[in-house]
Amino acid sequence: MISSNSKVILEVRNLSASVAGIEILKGINLTVRSGEVHAIMGPNGSGKSTFSKVLAGHPGYTVTGGEVLFEGQNLLELPPEERARNGVFLAFQYPIEIPGVSNSAFLRLTYNTQQAHRGGEELDPLEFNDFIQEKCKIVEMDPSFLDRSVNEGFSGGEKKRNEILQMAVLDPRLAILDETDSGLDIDALRIVASGVNKLMTPDNAVIMVTHYQRLLNYITPDFVHVMRRGRIIKTGGKELALELETRGYDWLDDEHQKAASV
Amino acid sequence: MSAVMKAPDVRDAYLASLAPDVHSLAGPGPEWLNALRAEAAACVNSQPYPTTQDEEWRFTDFGLLRKTAFASAADISLEVSLADIEPFVLPESEKSRLVFVNGIYAPHLSACAGLPQGVVISNLAAGLPLHDAVIRTHLAQQVDFHNEAFAALNTSHIRDGALVLITKDTACPAPIHLLFIATGADMPQANYPRCLIIADAGSTCALIEDYVCLNQGVYFTSAVSEITLGENAAVEHTRLQRESLSAFHMAYGAVALARGSNYTAHNIAFGARISRHDLRIKQNGEAAQCTLNGLALISGRQIADTHTVMDHTKPNGQSTQLHKCIADGGAHAVFNGKIFVRKDAQHTNAAQQSRNLLLSNKARIDTKPQLEIFADDVKCAHGATVSQLETEEMFYLNSRGLDALTARNLLIYGFAEEIVDRIPVTSLIKQLSKTLSEQILEHT
Ligand SMILES: Nc1ncnc2c1ncn2[C@@H]1O[C@H](COP(=O)(O)OP(=O)(O)OP(=O)(O)O)[C@@H](O)[C@H]1O
Ligand SMILES: [Mg+2]
Repeated sequence: MISSNSKVILEVRNLSASVAGIEILKGINLTVRSGEVHAIMGPNGSGKSTFSKVLAGHPGYTVTGGEVLFEGQNLLELPPEERARNGVFLAFQYPIEIPGVSNSAFLRLTYNTQQAHRGGEELDPLEFNDFIQEKCKIVEMDPSFLDRSVNEGFSGGEKKRNEILQMAVLDPRLAILDETDSGLDIDALRIVASGVNKLMTPDNAVIMVTHYQRLLNYITPDFVHVMRRGRIIKTGGKELALELETRGYDWLDDEHQKAASV
Repeated sequence: MSAVMKAPDVRDAYLASLAPDVHSLAGPGPEWLNALRAEAAACVNSQPYPTTQDEEWRFTDFGLLRKTAFASAADISLEVSLADIEPFVLPESEKSRLVFVNGIYAPHLSACAGLPQGVVISNLAAGLPLHDAVIRTHLAQQVDFHNEAFAALNTSHIRDGALVLITKDTACPAPIHLLFIATGADMPQANYPRCLIIADAGSTCALIEDYVCLNQGVYFTSAVSEITLGENAAVEHTRLQRESLSAFHMAYGAVALARGSNYTAHNIAFGARISRHDLRIKQNGEAAQCTLNGLALISGRQIADTHTVMDHTKPNGQSTQLHKCIADGGAHAVFNGKIFVRKDAQHTNAAQQSRNLLLSNKARIDTKPQLEIFADDVKCAHGATVSQLETEEMFYLNSRGLDALTARNLLIYGFAEEIVDRIPVTSLIKQLSKTLSEQILEHT
C-alpha cells in the first residue's frame, strides 16, 4: 500500500511520557503515512499501551518531551475528544463497560458527534439502524449486541469485536489497535482481521499493537517495530515478526546496545 | 429518654397541624375501622416524633418540614381531567388504573374494566362492604404503627385508599397502576395515600405505585403500603416517587412473604424536597425470594432517605438488593439497609450492594449496610461504594469524540438506567429514561 507520495498522517518525534512520576516512554520516533499498516510488538510492560494512550490523549499520562503531529497539526495540545473527532481512534486493550447505555444509542451518539464535527449528516435512530446493520456485517457482529449495554457482560473476544465495530462506524484516519487480536478465537481473529482490511483505504492508516505473528498473516504490515523499555529499538518489514516469533526479544537488546555504544 | 417526655403541646407546626382531630375521627366505614383510626390517633398524640437525635432518623433533617403547617386536602378531584394526567398514563395499564387526587379517589380518572374474575382493583371505601373480612384481617396488621410515628399518622387519617386483591392462582394480566396525584395547591396540604395489596397463594401481579404532581407546590404526603404474598405468589412492585421538588414525602411499606413467594421491588425516587422511604420485608415462610432494586437521583437541596429491612426468619430464603444513589448540587442521599438472618433461617442467601455516585463536592451520601446474622449456615454478602466518575470510563467516552460534559452525563444516565431498565413496563422505562436525561441535563 505504500506509495512514495502518500501523505504523512502521524509524525512522532522523540516522544517521552511518564505516569505517576515514572518515565515510561523514553524517546519514540515514528512516521506513519496514509495507506500504511504498522505493527508494534514488544515484551509486556515495554510501553505499547502507554504509547497508544498517549496518542489518544489519556489524561493520566504526562508528556515530558518530544512532539506529535497528526496531519501536520500538534496533536498533544488537543483534548482526547478533539483528537477523536479529527480522526484518531484507539481500540482499547481492555474495553470499558458502560452499564445502562445501549450499544446502539452509544454508537449513534458518537457517530453523530463526529458527523457534526465533520459537517456531515447526522442520522436519526431509524436511519442509523440501517447504517449500523451494514457495519455489523463488516465484523460479522450479531445485531443483538446492539441492544445490550456497551460491552457489559461481553466476553473478551466480543469486546474486541465491538471495538472494531466502533472503528467501522467512526471511520478514523488513524486507528490504533491495542492487542485487538488477544482474546479472539481462531475464527473471530480471521473475521475481525478481514474487517480491518475492509476498512483500510489509501487515505487512512493503522497501528496494530500485537504479541503474535498470527494476526500479521491476515493483516500484512508494511513495518514492524519492536518496542522495548519505552523505545522503538528495531524497525523492519513483516519478516521481522517471523524472526521475533522464533528468536524472542533478547537478541535485539544486545544488538540495540551494540548499536548505541558505537 | 428525653424524647419520650416531650409533651404534645410543644410539637412542631407540622405535627400540630397534622394530628387528627379526635372529634371527627369517626369516618365512613365499619365500626372496626373507626376503632383502628382512634387507636392510631392515640399513637399520634402520645408518640414522640422522630428528630435527628434518633439514630434511625439521624440524616433525615426535616427542619423545613417542622416549620410548615398543613391543611387537610379538600376533594378537588373533579377539577383534574384525563388530559392533566396524560403524561403519566401507561398504555399497559389502560384498564387497570386507580387514580387518587390528593389522596382522594377519582373514579372519573380511573379505569378498571374487563378484569378477569379473581382480580379486584378498587378503592378501599368501595371494597369495604364486599371484602370487609379480608380487609379487616390485613389492614394495618403489618405496619407497626405503635412504634412508627408516620405510619400512625397515616393510619389515623385513613379515609380511602387503593385495594388490590388477587385470588388464589390468578395471574393478573396487566400491570396495575396506582397513580397518586398531588395537585400542589397554593396552600400546603396533607395527603394520606394508602395501599393494601393481597396476592393469594399462587397468584401473580405487577404493581406500579406512582406518586406524581401536577404543580411544584408545597405539600405533605404520608403514604403507607401493605403487601401480603401468599404461598408461591409473585409480585413485582415498582414504586415511583416523583413528587414536587418542594414536597415532603414520608412513606412506609411493609411486605410479608409466605413460603415460596417471590417479591421484586423497583424503588425509584427522583422528587420531593425531603423524602423518606421505610421498607420492611419479612420472609415468614421457607424459601421466599426477594429482589430489591433502588435508585435515588437528587440534586439541589433535596434529601432522599431510604431505609430497608430485610428480615429472614425461615430457612432457604433468598434476597438480592442493589441500591443506587446519585447526589448532585447540595443534595443529601441516605441509604440504610439492614438484613436480619434469624436463628431459624438456615441456608439463607442474602446479598446487598449499595452503589453511589457523588457528583459535586457539596453533595453528600451516607450509606450504611447492616448485617445481623443469628444463623450459622448462611451466605451473606454486602458492599458499599461511593465514587466519583471513573477516569477510565470518562477517557473511553472522550476517545470516541464525546466531550467531558456529554461523557459525564452519559455515565450518570447509564448508572441510573441500569436500575430503570429492570422495570417490567416498557412505556414506563421510556417515560423515566426521558425524565432521567432531562434531569441530568438540567443540572449540568
Ligand atoms: N498508572 C500507572 N502507574 C504505574 N505504572 C504504570 C501505570 N501505567 C503503566 N505503568 C507501567 O508502565 C509500563 C508500560 O505499561 P504498558 O501498559 O504501556 O505496557 P505494554 O507494553 O502495553 O504491556 P502489555 O504487552 O503487557 O500490554 C509497565 O511497566 C506498567 O506497569
Ligand atoms: Mg498493553
